[in-house]
Amino acid sequence: MTSVPGSAPPTSPAGRHKPHATRSQRAAAERTMRTLRRRRLINRVMVGVMYLAALLAILPLILILFHLVREGASSLSLDFFIRMPAPVGEAGGGMANAIVGTLVLVGLASAIGLPVGIGAGLYLAEHRRSRLALVTRFLSDVLNGLPSIVMGIFAWQFLVRPMGGFSAYSAGVALGAMMIPLVTRSTEEMIRLVPVSLREAALALGFSRARTSLTIVLRTALPGIVTGSLVAVARIAGETAPLLFTAFGNQFWSIALDEPIDALPLRIFYYATSPYDDWRALAWAGALVLIGIVLVISIIARYATRARHGLGGD
Amino acid sequence: MSQPTSAQPGGDARTELRGSVVADRYSFWYGPKQVLHEISLGVEERSVLALIGPSGCGKSTFLRSINRMNDLIPRISHSGDIRLMGETIFAGGMDTVSLRQRVGMVFQRWNPFPKSIYDNVAYGPRINGQRDRTELDGIVESALRRAALWDEVKDRLRQTALGLSGGQQQRLCIARALANQPEVLLLDEPASALDPIATQRIEELLYQLKEELTIIIVTHNLQQAARVSDRTAFFYMGRLVEVDLTERIFTSPREERTEAYITGRFG
Repeated sequence: MTSVPGSAPPTSPAGRHKPHATRSQRAAAERTMRTLRRRRLINRVMVGVMYLAALLAILPLILILFHLVREGASSLSLDFFIRMPAPVGEAGGGMANAIVGTLVLVGLASAIGLPVGIGAGLYLAEHRRSRLALVTRFLSDVLNGLPSIVMGIFAWQFLVRPMGGFSAYSAGVALGAMMIPLVTRSTEEMIRLVPVSLREAALALGFSRARTSLTIVLRTALPGIVTGSLVAVARIAGETAPLLFTAFGNQFWSIALDEPIDALPLRIFYYATSPYDDWRALAWAGALVLIGIVLVISIIARYATRARHGLGGD
Repeated sequence: MSQPTSAQPGGDARTELRGSVVADRYSFWYGPKQVLHEISLGVEERSVLALIGPSGCGKSTFLRSINRMNDLIPRISHSGDIRLMGETIFAGGMDTVSLRQRVGMVFQRWNPFPKSIYDNVAYGPRINGQRDRTELDGIVESALRRAALWDEVKDRLRQTALGLSGGQQQRLCIARALANQPEVLLLDEPASALDPIATQRIEELLYQLKEELTIIIVTHNLQQAARVSDRTAFFYMGRLVEVDLTERIFTSPREERTEAYITGRFG
C-alpha cells in the first residue's frame, strides 16, 4: 500500500513499510511543497496589496478630475476664456484677465527662475564638492521646503512695501524664487547623468572646461532640463498663497507689470469663497482650466523626457 | 633578477629618448600613491608604440599623461618630464587646450556626441574658429576618408551618429580626432569592445595612419600589439620593464617578466 502523494502525514501506517530513506525523502519533498505553496500565497497577497496601493494613489486625482468636470464643465464656454469677470448679479462673464495674468506671471517667474536655477544646477553638478556647492545644495533644499505663504510675505516685505503697492513684478519674483530650487536640483541631476565619456571626448578634442560644460554637457542634458523646468512651471502656475501678498488680483483688464494683476488661482480663491452661486460655479470652471493647463504642461514634460531617451540628432 | 629600478638602463636608453613623444624619468602620483615610477621612453615620429601589461600596471595612466587628461583628477602630482616635439607639455605656455588639439585621443568605449555624423567631425575645427562651410566640408570628408568611414556614411552625414554600429562609431571617434590635424594619436584599448571584423578594420586603419602621425596604443590584446606596433613597451606595477622593437619583445625579450607575461604565465 502506498499513500497518495500529498495526502498522508508522515505518521501514516503505510509509510512504515517503506524503507527509511524513502520516507524521509518524501517528508522533505512535502515540506518543500508546503513552503512553495505558502510562498505563492504570500506573493499573491502582496501583489494584491501593491495594486490596491497604486489604485489609492491615483484615486484622489480621479475624484478631483471627476468632480471638477461635473461642477465646472457647465460654466465652461468660449465666453469664459474671452470675457471679463461680470459684476455681481449679472449673468455670464469669464476669466480672460485671470488666464492672461497667470501666463504673464508664469513668464515673469520663468525669466527669473530658469536662468538662475539652470546656472546654479550647472555649477552644482560641475563643482559638486566645493564649499559653495555644498552650502548652495543644502540651502536650496531648505528653500524648496519653505511654505509658499512665507515666500509671499517675504516678497511683500521687500518688494510690495518699498514699491508702494501690489504688482505683477513682486509676484513674478516670489514665484521665480520658488522655481529656483526646483530647477536647480533637477538640472543638477540631469547634468550628472551625462556620461563621463562624453565629457572626456570633448576635453580630449581640446575644448576648454567651460566650453565643454556649456556646449556638450548642457546640450546633452537639455531635454532633461526642459522636463525639470516644465515641472517647476506647472508647480508654480497653481500657487495661490504668494500671490495674495503680491499680485493681489484685479477685477479689470491689466497686464501692466507695476500694477496689481489677476491670476487664475486668485480668481478661483475669491470666487469660491464668495456667497454667489454663479461665482462659485465659475470658480469650478476656473479650477478645471487651471488643472488643464498643469496637465498639458506635464504631458509636454513627459514627451520631452521620452525624446531624451531617443537621443536623436539635431 | 633585475632590481625594481627604472627602465632598462644602458646604452639603449640614450638613443630611445629621441622622438616626437619623449618621457623623461616621468613619475606620477594619485594623492600619496605612486602609480608611475620614472618612466623613460621615446616614440619615433610616424611609428606605432604599443603599451602592454596587466591591468593596473599604469599604462593607461601613462597614456593619459601625454595629453594631460589626468589633470581632471584632483590631488595628482608628477615629477620628471614629457616632451612633445621637444617642448615640455608642462610648460606654462602650453595650455591643455592646445596640447589636446595636437595630441588626439580615442577611448575604449566609443563616445560620439549625440549629434549628426557631420557635426561630430566638424566640432573640433569649428571650436578652432573654422566657420567656412566649404572648408569644413573638406575637412570632414578628408577626416572621414582617413578614418576609412567615408564610403559608409557619405549619404547620411546629417543623421545621428548614434545610429552607427559600434565599430563605425569608434572609427567616427578616430575621424573626429583626426579633424583636428593632431601630431600624435593616443588610443586607449580602442578595439577591446569590438567584434573581430571591426577590430581588424581599426588595425588596418592604424597601419595607414602611421604614415602621417605618431600613434601610441594601449592594448590588452597581445596579438594586436604584435600586429600593429613597431615598438612595444611592457609596463608592470607602475614601472617600464622593457621597451624594444615589437618583434624582439615577442621573440626574445631581455626581461624574464616580459617573457612570463607574453607567454601567459601571469597577468
